[in-house]
Amino acid sequence: MSEPRIVVTGIGWVTGLGHSIDGVWKRLLNAESGMEPTTRFDARTFPTSFAAEVKKDFDFRGFVKDPAVHASAGLNSQFALGACSQAWKQSGLDVKPPKDARRVGIYLGAGEGVLDFDNYVGTMLHAWDGGAGKVDGVKWAARGLAAMQRLKEIEQEPNMPLAHLAREFNCRGPAYNCLTACAASTQAIGEAFSILRRGDADVMIGGGAHTMIHPLGVTGFNRLTALSERKGDPTEASRPFSVDRGGFVMGEGSGMVVLETLEHATARGATPLAEVTGYGSSCDAYRITDIQPEGRGAAVAMLEALRQAGIDPTKRDAKGRPPIQYISAHGTGTKENDSIETKAVKRVFGEMAREIPMSSIKSMMGHLIASAGAVEFITCVLAIRDGMLPPTRNLKNPDPELDLDYVPNQARRAPVDTCLSNNFGFGGQNDTLVVTRFHA
Amino acid sequence: MARQQRSVVITGIGPIAAPGLGIDPIWSALCEGRSGVGPCSIFDASGFSCPFVAQLPPDRFDVKQVVPKSYRKATKVMSRDIELAVGAAHEAVRAAGLVTKAHEPADGRVTVPADRMGCHIGAGLIAAEENELTAALATSRKADGTFDIAAWGATGMQNLTPLWMLKYLPNMLACHVTICHDCQGPSNTITCGEASALLSVGESMRVIGRGAADACLSGGAESKVNLMAILRQQFAGRLAKASLSDDPTRVVRPFAKDAAGGVAGEGGGILVLEAAESAKARGAAVLAELAGFGASQSFCPDTVGADPCREGEGISDAMLSALDDAGMKPAEVDAVVPFGCGAAAMDAAEAAAIRRVFGDRAASLPLVTLAPLIGNCGAGFGAVAAAVAVQCLRTGMLPARVNGDASLGVDAAPAAARKAELGSVLVCTPSLGGQNAAIILRRVP
Repeated sequence: MSEPRIVVTGIGWVTGLGHSIDGVWKRLLNAESGMEPTTRFDARTFPTSFAAEVKKDFDFRGFVKDPAVHASAGLNSQFALGACSQAWKQSGLDVKPPKDARRVGIYLGAGEGVLDFDNYVGTMLHAWDGGAGKVDGVKWAARGLAAMQRLKEIEQEPNMPLAHLAREFNCRGPAYNCLTACAASTQAIGEAFSILRRGDADVMIGGGAHTMIHPLGVTGFNRLTALSERKGDPTEASRPFSVDRGGFVMGEGSGMVVLETLEHATARGATPLAEVTGYGSSCDAYRITDIQPEGRGAAVAMLEALRQAGIDPTKRDAKGRPPIQYISAHGTGTKENDSIETKAVKRVFGEMAREIPMSSIKSMMGHLIASAGAVEFITCVLAIRDGMLPPTRNLKNPDPELDLDYVPNQARRAPVDTCLSNNFGFGGQNDTLVVTRFHA
Repeated sequence: MARQQRSVVITGIGPIAAPGLGIDPIWSALCEGRSGVGPCSIFDASGFSCPFVAQLPPDRFDVKQVVPKSYRKATKVMSRDIELAVGAAHEAVRAAGLVTKAHEPADGRVTVPADRMGCHIGAGLIAAEENELTAALATSRKADGTFDIAAWGATGMQNLTPLWMLKYLPNMLACHVTICHDCQGPSNTITCGEASALLSVGESMRVIGRGAADACLSGGAESKVNLMAILRQQFAGRLAKASLSDDPTRVVRPFAKDAAGGVAGEGGGILVLEAAESAKARGAAVLAELAGFGASQSFCPDTVGADPCREGEGISDAMLSALDDAGMKPAEVDAVVPFGCGAAAMDAAEAAAIRRVFGDRAASLPLVTLAPLIGNCGAGFGAVAAAVAVQCLRTGMLPARVNGDASLGVDAAPAAARKAELGSVLVCTPSLGGQNAAIILRRVP
């Protein structure tokens, strides 16, 4: 029995650059930046006080059938509902829903919800006994139970965006949320693909939703010195592959895709946008803070994804091109990531690596953390569709150590048939997907 | 419909919960019906609707004793949830007779090559340790005592250790475990509440099945013994109502007419899953076969998140899917380990699912209830349940059952530990959020 083919039939996103497929894509191709001063909280004194926030004109209630059902939705769930509604509509499943809801599953890489920060901190400080250096449990409980709110707390569970999507799109099949930091939604799409290949579902929603643009999220990354603390114009702060890169810039939002078996898509007359042909996953098992310096795990993930796709990374394709024509880089803009990712790509493709364009949309959209992989996967689908490569913005001072083609500053027209989408997470998680032009 | 793949067996179990680390202390507590529920020693929990918790006391578990000496420094950046996972993994690896990097073998030889070893660990929403965080927050207060975010951003946050956030990312459980045991294969962190551990076991099974790894450390861990987790349990309508003068051992009453909620527990477990062929090749003692796995999503009633679906249709879908995957009929299942947390709405849904799948047999099909003794271990619960199911199959015994009754038409009334003819056991965990996972474990001859 040959492996069933898995196709993408719907895509959707909600990002700091907008919330329509073509609107965001156009802005990416124009090398626009979504970074502005932070408004979600008063970050003026924080080392990093800018981010690519989803703008105020996004209202999830305009996307769903009955907003009252989702009255509890926090930001992650709102982003997820907005993105998935676009994907679902594009797939045509909104008009003609699947016959058996138990054959429709969801695999997300969504983040934890946003803390009810003011009430949380208020409760902690109210109950703080400085002399004892301890929080008083009874005082804490009294204040916490009075100040915090039931649905707001439940909504912080990372599986809640999944619950909202399941309700909105009537999915009763296999349902998962994984949270492997910055690799989460790539892994989610990869596992959704694996579930379909095994025959455990006919349709899978895959993707992610996340914001960490809140006081403790920014605090955590600032303490790790992972964020750019660049002064001046925030649109210039995210500088992947640049010699003066100084960390990533936080984005937020969601990317969602509808995957299905080709058989199911064909039977209902759907138009595949692209095909997923490979998925590789590995773990560095190296250190809690550092990436394995040679990019061992990243290379393993890429090689496994390529192997599944039947691609030999050392062989040119029939047109004499490298077998991969675009890599969506993890490209966070930290010193460590960009240099190790470059090493890993060279390790996989050898001499041909320099001929493969590889860009980072994080330079424009910021780092969507758990949902980064999904929006970057969508970028690959669009690159294939339009034969256009999004640029790496702010790459004016190349790092002499980094010598690949990062598509600096300007979008480029290039025929693309096969892409890699890479994401690597804190904690050593490496995930790669192969996205291919669909041929019947 | 699903494709045939390599079969998967369990060669080691490392549960951890209130009675201790490893199957022996847990199994003897379960057989004696000895409860781990009592007052909380870490903080005074009497401001909540239930003052009791099921905690694992420090004299029964110290993470420093189980990590390799060279890794002891890293225990400083382990939240409680990470400690539990690291402890469980240590025990599972020991029980399976695996040599990993953690043993620092002199010749460098390990049982399973690093790139063939995966790791899937379910995790919860990890709460920041209150005292550490509040000590830092307290440095940034205005004159009236309220929080001063400007001071926090400018200087206050420097009072948190630089690696602070890495204690609380859910995937740090797997991160530490994969570093200790050098698992470089596929690894994932599933965060679907109480379904997390069995979803992880299921994913490991699929990963091994499709040949992406030969062995996986798989399970979950969580501590709900902290202020935020207990508050959330109370908000979710899952926390028992009791006062300090009540008998803590009677508080959690799964499937009982007077079920009034659960208590916060801490624990989880890691199982060593191996491809049957590689376990055989290394001459490993096989504890049970992982015969089937199923996952599903329940309908979420309005407003999403507020209440569980009481009909339990999603739960029975997961059970039926696991049976189908194992090529078995409900009649072949000899016992069930449910979640049975003691919250009436959840118990009703589970009982409805059991009745739907097993029909007339439901009233006499033995349930193994754990929550009255170990509390709700959240993302770790399914892993304790799976380890207990393995032990039932190995020993041909069912542990004691306390506090339940037969009012929901399922076999949950009190019973002493007893011998039983067990060929296969179903383990099932629904979750807040509606994800359900079920596995079937089969005795090996």
